[in-house]
Amino acid sequence: MSDATGSSGEPNRADAAAPPPRSLLFRLRFVIPVLVFAALAIIFAFQLGRQDDEHSRDLPSALLDRPMPDFALQALPGWSVGLTDEDIRAAGISMVNVFASWCGPCRVEHPIWVEYAKQPDAVPVFGLNYKDAPENATDWLKKLGDPYKQIGADQDGRAGIEWGVYGVPETFVIDKEGRIVLKHVGVMTREDLDKKILPLIAKLKG
Amino acid sequence: MSAELGHYALILALVMAVVQTTLPMVGAARRDALWMGLATPAVIGQFVFVSMAFACLMHAYVVSDFSVMNVAANSHSDKPLLYKFTAVWGNHEGSMVLWVWILAVYGLAVAAFGGNLPPTLKARVLAIQGFIGAGFLLFSLGTSDPFIRLDPAPINGNDLNPLLQDPGLAFHPPLLYFGYVGMSMPFAFAIAALIEGRVDPAWARWVRPWTLLAWCTLTAGIVLGSWWAYYELGWGGFWFWDPVENASFMPWLMGTALLHSALVAEKRDALKSWTVLLAILAFSLSLLGTFLVRSGVLTSVHSFASDPARGAYILGFLVFVIGGSLALYAWRAPALKATGTFKPISREGALLLNNLLLVVGCATVFVGTLYPIVLDAIDGSKVSVGPPFFDKTFVPLMAPALLLTAMAPFMAWKRADLGGVLQRIWLAALALAGAIALIYATHGGPIGPAIGIGITAWLFVGAIVEFADRLRLFRVPLAESMKRLAGLPRSAIGTTLAHAGVAVLAAGCIAGSAWRTETIGVMKPGDQATLGDYTVTMATIGEEPGPNYSAVVAEMRLMKDGELIDVMYPSKRFYPVQGQQTTEAAIRTSFMSDFYISLGDPDEASGGHGVRLYHNPLVPWIWIGAVVMVLGGLLSLSDRRLRVGAPARARARRAERPAEAGAGSKAS
Amino acid sequence: MRPVLILALALLLAWPMAVEAAVDRPLEDAALETRALRLHQEIRCLVCQGQSIGDSNAELAYDLRQLVRERLSAGDSDDAVLDYLHQRYGDFVLLEPPVNPGTYALWFGPPLLLVIGGLMVFLYHRRNRRPAAAVPAPLSEAERRALDALVGEDKP
Repeated sequence: MSDATGSSGEPNRADAAAPPPRSLLFRLRFVIPVLVFAALAIIFAFQLGRQDDEHSRDLPSALLDRPMPDFALQALPGWSVGLTDEDIRAAGISMVNVFASWCGPCRVEHPIWVEYAKQPDAVPVFGLNYKDAPENATDWLKKLGDPYKQIGADQDGRAGIEWGVYGVPETFVIDKEGRIVLKHVGVMTREDLDKKILPLIAKLKG
Repeated sequence: MSAELGHYALILALVMAVVQTTLPMVGAARRDALWMGLATPAVIGQFVFVSMAFACLMHAYVVSDFSVMNVAANSHSDKPLLYKFTAVWGNHEGSMVLWVWILAVYGLAVAAFGGNLPPTLKARVLAIQGFIGAGFLLFSLGTSDPFIRLDPAPINGNDLNPLLQDPGLAFHPPLLYFGYVGMSMPFAFAIAALIEGRVDPAWARWVRPWTLLAWCTLTAGIVLGSWWAYYELGWGGFWFWDPVENASFMPWLMGTALLHSALVAEKRDALKSWTVLLAILAFSLSLLGTFLVRSGVLTSVHSFASDPARGAYILGFLVFVIGGSLALYAWRAPALKATGTFKPISREGALLLNNLLLVVGCATVFVGTLYPIVLDAIDGSKVSVGPPFFDKTFVPLMAPALLLTAMAPFMAWKRADLGGVLQRIWLAALALAGAIALIYATHGGPIGPAIGIGITAWLFVGAIVEFADRLRLFRVPLAESMKRLAGLPRSAIGTTLAHAGVAVLAAGCIAGSAWRTETIGVMKPGDQATLGDYTVTMATIGEEPGPNYSAVVAEMRLMKDGELIDVMYPSKRFYPVQGQQTTEAAIRTSFMSDFYISLGDPDEASGGHGVRLYHNPLVPWIWIGAVVMVLGGLLSLSDRRLRVGAPARARARRAERPAEAGAGSKAS
Repeated sequence: MRPVLILALALLLAWPMAVEAAVDRPLEDAALETRALRLHQEIRCLVCQGQSIGDSNAELAYDLRQLVRERLSAGDSDDAVLDYLHQRYGDFVLLEPPVNPGTYALWFGPPLLLVIGGLMVFLYHRRNRRPAAAVPAPLSEAERRALDALVGEDKP
């Protein structure tokens, strides 16, 4: 068929004989791999660009636009009431903040909540104390301030699971029908509050 | 001193690589022998300089020079010496130097053993190798320099991740990289062929040994990693369809398809553009794997620390290399004309079908691995594609593939008699039916795994029967069979071993997943736990110090039917420098199964420790099967006919055995 | 304030990797426990890097493992347990992706590729049957001379 040593001389006769004209469809097959790769490269470039956005890895809530889950939590020692879904429903438009004393980022965002609670137009913020030793939580709140209307102690994390919580801190926005309309994962910065949360609350208020 | 030397050596290597890329390529286009000849000294130069850089880095680790940032980040003076060596490649920067070094080794091998390659082909192949090397050297120097100094130097380092301080994992990267980088060889050949505009059987014969070498090392590397995960991670699992695992599996699948396709291209001058495409894709998948692991685009336990800047560079390089080669393919491949034709029922036909199944299998893994990324990019939804998906989509494809693998060696080239083949393979069919019946009788339950084992029995017996057939065993006197054995080409033995090895490995995987049993609980000294027929008693539990860790070790007595069969010592280690824990499971291996004990955390409530017991049937067969596969591959590699440069010898052999030449349809 | 925020954001990545969890308490009923262990392999640990809750030491994984055990003890079927988690955490928590319009390409892609590939192989064989493709061009004078030279070489 061709010499084993090969040569860079004239091409093999069989190749040189003019092949039958190849249909466009035939030629098209050869282009598919490079097109698939091009599409992938674009997607990779896009995903790479998003890496700086730490929220790109957040899990979207499965409960959006659904009624909030039923739950009933005990009070922290020293607080007179705990927290149930009825309490939140009764409060109309509100927010639920999942926090814990062992959580560093919670400590960072906590002043935002304390500040917000002082605003005259603030909606009630309910606290869900997640997988915490109650004494630690009460100490923490006494030291840093308590912005919450009511707090529920979710010691075993079950209520958190009902809400789809997978870490702390997380914040939910509830509308007047008791539906979850937004979930914010991670630290709530003042910018997040002003640019994302408060406009939404204003819209909910009508 | 050594760090600066190493850094300078890398720069010089880059210069060599650039020379290697440009001058020979231009020389080939101009048919200028002098310029083409420059490839060899450039390759040697690159090898020398990269080796120097590698040696300098290794030296810095061995003497624990913590003024080198890379050493400070990944080593510690208390670390055992072996792991000081292997920490060189246990991190991103060092592993890139290893990558480039292996690339230089392969380049050197082409320069040394490619004596009878036509000069233009050789020049182009080396030029392409040089281009890849230059790309990675630039990446290394630009974004991942291992020789950056720290000032002031810390007193001690951060230690290497304890999980990586392990003999199995120490050698997993080099083996794996020999495989990944090895795929650059058929890639270079493919690009050179496309540039030249011709793919002839001789080209296919040159491509095969390199592909085989890459395949052998890749197989070994993947299985070593799997074995490590099995005994180290403490859950008794050996394959998790993790994206990084998949990133190594895909080039392997493509490489296997390439091996068989190149066979057809060589013997029958058919499937040429397909073989070229496979060669491009195999290496492209290797590169893609590199990107996925180091860019942060994927979440995986295996990934190196992510850095979008590095990711961007690699992506750019990918676009150039993969995009460029696929574009070249789209442009030049349509002109490649095959002259061999064959019937659908023939060895080529069977190989083509096997290729189809392997490539679709690879595509399945590809889709499953990348789907979360693609979906996230498109609409932000997050979805998980885990083992259940791959079990449902990939595994069913492998069943017909394994069935075909037993049959193909029986089939003649160009056109085969299917009835005849099935007749000769009746023993394998018996094994298939027998295995299914036996398993169903003893285990009952889902028929799927039973059929799977049946198919592996078919393949194993089929491979043996085909081998016996070659020796005309039991049909001619034993002495003659032995003479035939002596005259058998090594690649024939290699094929049988490789196929039989696949069967054994697959059986181990199927049984290990389908019929493993597990029990977990809390145990204090004196407590007993049962798993199936086995009883485990915890005798004692205590603390033991190690060189750079402290351990909690339990003595567990394993009993079956009241008799003590073994005493096992699972433990948990704590490495204070990194603050990490590892589980050292205790495994009792027998030919048919593993008994696996893993020690968990202490339970304050009861004062005991968490314990996990696993019984993993046939799992040792995975490692055995893999060893047999690699042996088969290496044996085939040593076949003199695969080493180009022996056409005279081959002709002489053919003259000696005219009878064999007549039976040419069976020769492989 | 800025550096603190950056630190906090860095910690954000750290917080899900929680401390080692308490030890698993297996169920008394061996059959239920086997089902539980199998289900653990199908549920993703949300704060890990791709592992199932069965293969993870994270605290959330522990919580979810116990939850699975509780629901099985309460009489839920395997599907009901998975559905329970799916409702609260979405598609991501299931290691076997659900079949919905978002995943049609995932589930039907590979079989489709097999069909297309099979078709291409079929067409390839069909094209090969045409004899015209296999007829080589006649030898040129130079090639005939080269052939004679080679054939001559083999004569003893």
